[in-house]
Amino acid sequence: MASGQRRVDIEEVGDVTIARFVDRKILDESNIQIIGNQLFGLIDEDGRGKIILDFTEVEYLSSAALGKLITLDKKAKAAGAKLRLCSIRPEIYEVFAITKLNKLFQIYDNQEKALEGF
Amino acid sequence: MHVLTEQFKLTIPNDTKAGQSVQERIVRRLEELDYPPRDVFGVRLALEEALVNAIKHGNRLDPDKSVRIDCRINAECVRIEIEDQGLGFRPEAVPDPTAENNLERPCGRGIMLMRAFMTLIEYNEIGNRVVLEKRRGQPEPECS
Repeated sequence: MASGQRRVDIEEVGDVTIARFVDRKILDESNIQIIGNQLFGLIDEDGRGKIILDFTEVEYLSSAALGKLITLDKKAKAAGAKLRLCSIRPEIYEVFAITKLNKLFQIYDNQEKALEGF
Repeated sequence: MHVLTEQFKLTIPNDTKAGQSVQERIVRRLEELDYPPRDVFGVRLALEEALVNAIKHGNRLDPDKSVRIDCRINAECVRIEIEDQGLGFRPEAVPDPTAENNLERPCGRGIMLMRAFMTLIEYNEIGNRVVLEKRRGQPEPECS
């Protein structure tokens, strides 16, 4: 993948992969497609077993992005991988709460807490 | 009666990029009018959902179709009408995405988010036109 298309920064902490979104707005369809492919690759191609999605930079998120996260969660479950979300600002958390996806995902206040006991 | 601050009617090509520039224009105006951040967040999100619905689901990404937008903004309220050239749909027929069986379905959350963040959302009879209305919310209390 060309570096210009990279929309998620990847970092390793022990056996945990931290995927940090680069964009402030995860709205645009083509952008969401690129993000989805990059995240799916962590499971499908790299076989990573523990993934934390860090939302620190994210200010906006549409239902299309939620759809990608749900598909990622399904892929993770099918592959026996574990997924955690962290650093979600209150407005975005409200989006998860309204759609009840806060029940589907394990959400932590920050990266440190997400790493605890992972 | 409130002074009308801005009113515009636009017909945009059936392209999400064109939708986003309208979104930016409306959001910028709300920020200039000092709408609370939660209102601006909600309007941007609802606009994104409604425009994507119109372009993708209504007009089925057909480049020969277009989307009509009618927007009125004043200091107290923003009202946006979005109409596509599709066949419409029945909003009540969209399955509840929060139902236990649907929670893992990747689609169907847009309308729910629009309803949650806007003061009013109303479809016409055939479902190819939606009206989004947001009244200015109360400013959040300042921390002492």
